[in-house]
Amino acid sequence: MPTVSMKVNGVDVSGDVEARTLLVQFLRETLDMTGTHVGCDTSQCGACCVLMNGDSVKSCSVLAVQAEGAEITTIEGLANGDELHPMQDAFRQNHGLQCGFCTPGMVISAIDLVSKNPKPTEKEVREWLEGNLCRCTGYHNIVKAIQAGAQAMGG
Amino acid sequence: MTDTGIGAAVRRKEDHRFLTGRGTYTDDINRPGQTYAHILRSPHAHARIKSIDVSAAAKASGVVAVFTGADMAADGVGGLPCGWQIHSKDGSPMAEPAHPPLVTDKVCHVGDQVAVIIAESRTQAKDAAEKINVDYEELPAVIDMTAAIKDGSPLTHDDVAANICYDWHLGEKEPVDEGFAKAKHVAKIDIVNNRLIANAIEPRVAIGDYDPSSGEYTLYTTSQNPHVIRLLMGAFVLQIPEHKLRVVAPDVGGGFGSKIYHYAEEAILTWAAGKVKRPIKWTAERSESFISDCHGRDHVTHAELALDGDGKFLALRVSTLANMGAYLSTFAPCIPTYLHGTLLAGVYTTPAIYVEVKAVFTNTVPVDAYRGAGRPEASYLLERLVDRAAREMGLDPADIRRKNFIPADAFPYQTPVALQYDSGDYTATFDAAIKIADVDGFAARKAAAGKAGKLRGLGYSTYVEACGIAPSAVAGALGARAGLYESAEVRVHPTGSVTVFAGSHSHGQGHETTFAQLVSDSLGIPFENVDVVHGDTGKVQFGMGTYGSRSLAVGGEAIMKALGKVIDKATKIAAHVLETSEADIEFKDGQFTVAGTDKSMAFGDVALTAYVPHNFPHETLEPGLDESAFYDPANFTFPAGCHICEVEVDPETGVVEVIDFTAVDDVGRVINPMIVEGQVQGGVAQGIGQALLEECVYDESGQLVTGSYMDYTMPRASNLPNITVANETTLCAHNSLGVKGCGEVGAIGSPPAVINAVVDALSDFGVTDIAMPATPEKVWRAIQSAQAAG
Ligand code: FES
Ligand code: FES
Repeated sequence: MPTVSMKVNGVDVSGDVEARTLLVQFLRETLDMTGTHVGCDTSQCGACCVLMNGDSVKSCSVLAVQAEGAEITTIEGLANGDELHPMQDAFRQNHGLQCGFCTPGMVISAIDLVSKNPKPTEKEVREWLEGNLCRCTGYHNIVKAIQAGAQAMGG
Repeated sequence: MTDTGIGAAVRRKEDHRFLTGRGTYTDDINRPGQTYAHILRSPHAHARIKSIDVSAAAKASGVVAVFTGADMAADGVGGLPCGWQIHSKDGSPMAEPAHPPLVTDKVCHVGDQVAVIIAESRTQAKDAAEKINVDYEELPAVIDMTAAIKDGSPLTHDDVAANICYDWHLGEKEPVDEGFAKAKHVAKIDIVNNRLIANAIEPRVAIGDYDPSSGEYTLYTTSQNPHVIRLLMGAFVLQIPEHKLRVVAPDVGGGFGSKIYHYAEEAILTWAAGKVKRPIKWTAERSESFISDCHGRDHVTHAELALDGDGKFLALRVSTLANMGAYLSTFAPCIPTYLHGTLLAGVYTTPAIYVEVKAVFTNTVPVDAYRGAGRPEASYLLERLVDRAAREMGLDPADIRRKNFIPADAFPYQTPVALQYDSGDYTATFDAAIKIADVDGFAARKAAAGKAGKLRGLGYSTYVEACGIAPSAVAGALGARAGLYESAEVRVHPTGSVTVFAGSHSHGQGHETTFAQLVSDSLGIPFENVDVVHGDTGKVQFGMGTYGSRSLAVGGEAIMKALGKVIDKATKIAAHVLETSEADIEFKDGQFTVAGTDKSMAFGDVALTAYVPHNFPHETLEPGLDESAFYDPANFTFPAGCHICEVEVDPETGVVEVIDFTAVDDVGRVINPMIVEGQVQGGVAQGIGQALLEECVYDESGQLVTGSYMDYTMPRASNLPNITVANETTLCAHNSLGVKGCGEVGAIGSPPAVINAVVDALSDFGVTDIAMPATPEKVWRAIQSAQAAG
């Protein structure tokens, strides 16, 4: 079994994985970091999004071994102690989540968007979310939250 | 109103854990020594099982056990029960075919459970499944309902003649015939309510666990109603008494109905955990969800509306085929009957209504409630029919509705289809929606769109729905095999903080917040001092769970009732301490005051005294402050409203864009407007999805064509508009809060508004109908054929 090492939320981690082990399985099952979710088996829902070297990736579509040496940020790594990341707080203030299952992926994806486009328009946000499904909110408040989060992040 | 009390847009308690990845969903739970299950499912829609050979799988690496239906049957395991019994016109009970958790002799749909493989890892279980040899004899499958009820059609179950589960009716035929005899105009419609898949983003998960030392089973499951699962599975399937069976439904990632039912996997895993004496986890893969989660809707209806010369409705006649799929799921039989037939008066004074419903078995996944459950089907056919009548008679679609609304002073209003509406003001929601949607400015917007080569259309829908299905006595008379009350316990701790144990279950609705607002408001204590516990039969006394928008109207009322008992008891304690009579105590803003004096006691002090009862008269005053209540409502509640949709159609491509959507709903008193708005937006998104994107499709052989997110079109952010939500309130007349329910209104009101808008946009071409989902292809074809017809 190959061993992989990476930095997850600033902490060096390593573990034995099968060649076919997905990054999301490594996070959830080996590291017991269950904040990253799995909602599909066709890379469509985005519940599994994490940042890999700063870019959002679907961790169900990345092999753990592909993340060798990478810096991974998951939903667990965003808040500063009890203080939410501005994007997390924007989701809370704008009721951008209901059941919370899509939320980790949404927040991660939103942070990636803002890093690339600090002041996204509503249309840009909606298009960016192409790869993230939410069944609860109708997206209205997610879009609002992302725009508010972008502003709070200094965009 | 305080800033955390009733009516305040309090930010949600649950959000911090969800936003930091600290929710506990079922798949996040792992038990020591856990094994993993894989369910081997039928690849055929209909086949006899001649033999199953599991020997190679049982020997495969990592495999702990393999079980088939024969093993469960040998253990006396029962079939999955149905919670509702419908009787046909002739008085005979519905057909109720056996529904084994693992089949024994025959599979009835693609995805039917054939065997379970339990192994040390998920992949080992899955790999071993490929070593199971099932010898199937394929049988002809029946997929289409119209074909299913024809003579000579293949039978889904040998003992169910013509695949008919029941042939039910409601209403008086004669007055309806009279209405039609008098009519100046009759509008007719043939309509399909497309089959949908709920697709909560969290797939279903179950963990079965057995503790040999206590003999207690625990099932962790993605359920909307853990107590109901405990009852159904314990009493009917596995014969495990309640005190030896705990069901935990922790954070659940959306349900929309699909997680109400008692599913086979829950019984299989619980039973198998007892066999292998180790915990077992099963996590559905999404493609598995598509063929094992109950589907929704799937009605085929013919309806006729009789009108007088002014457009006043005289009578309505409706005939529906409702797909049950291959087996009866928990609530399936009541959806097309008591949640559909009874809603056909809508918001109108139609004096005579007759509806008949044939429920049909087919070789497809079972169909049960999906957000709205029966009511979207009713509102869709009614609102399409009303629009059609208006068009045919040259009447304005707004005028024809107004003319037929039940007037605000007519409540309580008895409809001809069993329900008695307690309150409402349909003109008020209608007027408000028309104003917010700026209907006056529509002509100008249409003209502008026309200049840009787009067809603009506006569609109305006015609806009423029935929530908080109740009361138990009525539900029982209609065939419910359970009571439909709710239960709550309010436990006041010695220092005055409160834990509420709620029988409702939250899977996105924000109960931890809304219920805490009720407590904070009633007891005058800080919102932060209240926690809500739900979803664990080991903690919560009892519960009927969450579906049918019942959590606030029934569950919230149970909490209010328990709070009332707490206040009564606390008043007694305060009277004792303040040395006065109970009658002299006033309770306000968290203070118990002796009327007309400045002698008072804070709630927290009363709580402490309750647990430090140094000088209580023990014959008349018990220590402690912990009260529970069961609340059985007097009636359904009847949210209603008006939705207005504006679309633009590109005639070149057939693409429909929803430009604006306005929902004005009367959901009764609003406890948390932020949450209500979110619930309505989510429901509207699902309704727009049904109208424009979503459809579950089977091919003739019973293979699910739309079996993944690549094929089943889920609404994405770019498919949806901003959704403007407002409320016009009349209070529910029979509960203390005056609340009605808001979870389903969006999905009930929106589909007809969208399709009426699309038809309106295409009306210049002479198009009068478009089926859901109105995909670009369908719209484009409708335009082409209308043009060809000239
Ligand atoms: S789990 Fe759905 S995209 Fe990764
Ligand atoms: S909040 Fe439930 S799926 Fe998005």
